[in-house]
Amino acid sequence: MTEKILLKGNIALAKGAVAAGCRYYFGYPITPQNDIPEFLSAELPKIGGTFIQAESEIASINMVLGASASGVRAMTSSSGPGISLMQEGMSYMAGSELPGLVVNVMRVGPGLGGIAPTQGDYFQATRGGGHGDYFNIVLAPASVQEMFDLAIKAFELSDKYRNPAMILCDAILGQMKEPVVLEETKTVIPPFKPWALTGSKGRKPQFLKTLYLSDGEQEAHNLELKEKYDRLREEDVLFEAKGLDDSEIVIVAFGTVSRIAKTAIQMAKREGIRVGMIRPITLFPFPTEVIRETAKKIPRVLVVEMNTGQMLQDVKLSIESSVKLRFYGRPGGGIPTPEDMLREIRVMFNEEGF
Amino acid sequence: MKKVFSRPKSLIDRQTHFCPGCTHGTAHRLVADAIDHFGVQEETIGVSGVGCAVFMYDYFAIDAIEAPHGRAPAVATGIKRVHPKKIVFTYQGDGDLASIGTAETIHTANRGENITIIFINNTVYGMTGGQMAPTTLLGQKTTTTPYGRNFRNDGYPIRMAEMLATLEGVAYSTRVSMHNAKEVLKAKKAVRRAFEMQIEGMGLTFVELLSACPTNWRVKPLEGQKRVEEELIPYFPLGVFKERKGKDFL
Repeated sequence: MTEKILLKGNIALAKGAVAAGCRYYFGYPITPQNDIPEFLSAELPKIGGTFIQAESEIASINMVLGASASGVRAMTSSSGPGISLMQEGMSYMAGSELPGLVVNVMRVGPGLGGIAPTQGDYFQATRGGGHGDYFNIVLAPASVQEMFDLAIKAFELSDKYRNPAMILCDAILGQMKEPVVLEETKTVIPPFKPWALTGSKGRKPQFLKTLYLSDGEQEAHNLELKEKYDRLREEDVLFEAKGLDDSEIVIVAFGTVSRIAKTAIQMAKREGIRVGMIRPITLFPFPTEVIRETAKKIPRVLVVEMNTGQMLQDVKLSIESSVKLRFYGRPGGGIPTPEDMLREIRVMFNEEGF
Repeated sequence: MKKVFSRPKSLIDRQTHFCPGCTHGTAHRLVADAIDHFGVQEETIGVSGVGCAVFMYDYFAIDAIEAPHGRAPAVATGIKRVHPKKIVFTYQGDGDLASIGTAETIHTANRGENITIIFINNTVYGMTGGQMAPTTLLGQKTTTTPYGRNFRNDGYPIRMAEMLATLEGVAYSTRVSMHNAKEVLKAKKAVRRAFEMQIEGMGLTFVELLSACPTNWRVKPLEGQKRVEEELIPYFPLGVFKERKGKDFL
């Protein structure tokens, strides 16, 4: 089917979640994302799903946690202030390795701010947001079509890595209407999850937890999580690149801003300035590699965001500098010893070319 | 010889980390007894709160999850909505249920989620070292009420079983104690009734168990049981505050 229908971004996202087999939604009202719960409160009961308007965002994310622990695809949606309240639950989900989708239709802040579009929650989304040493999988749609497509993708990645995923968008993407092609409706059967809590019939009882008190236990857990994040960086980076071959300047922008950039690139072209663009689609994992390689060829990079410079830091980290930078870290209560540091010093000192 | 007393099947044969005179062990037994009594060990999912109750999964031979502090009823809601036929219960202390998780407790009860809440009220924060709980009695000394709890500064001890009994979604709300054998037997009946009503789909069932925390009360184990009887019960009266008869609410 290639029939196009006109849909609002928020509705496309909700339809994408349903197409992904998500039948459990828990949320609390906040502008500018209310179309999502309103649509799903009508849709889910019709298809055997569950919709609960929770007493708070704290309760919402914990209902997602409970449903996800039970083996199904579950989601919530909110905006900045509500997402702040969900950070506790997201940290626990990352810690107990539970999938689940959180949608942030960003609004301006800090505080109550307003409902104007922004990208001010980039740090909150890409740095984990809550306490502890973890990351969320973060996807940034730039069209109503992608609101649908990336909702499905987010559930796939979330299940693949047993890690919470977030769709980071803004009021423009949530509220505007565009033609969308909905993939031919096929029943997505979410994957079987052997770790899920279902009652222990026919197997040994199992449990999900985040508390690790024995010596070295938490550090081992953190290093396992790190392996997962490294695998994400290797296997599931998504970006869009345009006109990198012959341009003199490259713009890095995500979401709504990348659309505006396309017009600016055309205007520049009329003035004889050739501009290319890299649009990160996954904000975590960040498309470091393509930005690094591109910057070697095109050493003029313009970062445009609807905030005071947040993705800017990831772009800076991606661009190799002349200074050699090395990292050594011990998570989960491990403390670096002087011997550890001396080893690192020696490795660095003996590295070729320095 | 006839065996008249043994460890419930749903409890793992393992020494607990609980202090001498603590009644968590007894409460664990009562819950395991109810699970065994109704033959639902393989159908039950437990949700533990944060505090001394957190290690529930080390002692129960059932599927279990640890919830963020206070959020156990919300986590249990998510589980029960996915598995409406399974038996789902939370096991929470007073700080978890009546302080940081008050909103989750009240709204889960108000939605009438068909789960069982086991509430351990020992009037103190145990795991963090004896700070004031929402249930700490007036005049009671804790590490954060060194001069005794004073209502002008700290408010009053909160009576959860009575408060929850006012909510339409609650099917059963009771307070029992475990300070002597007779009361333990009554408590056992109450926990069984709560699970039974969940199996019957009656709505939320709530059992508050008055418990001793001799370590943080700074008393000897036996004096702890005495304090429950002489100081806790006069403020937290035992009894059934609500018991729904039949499914008249439907």
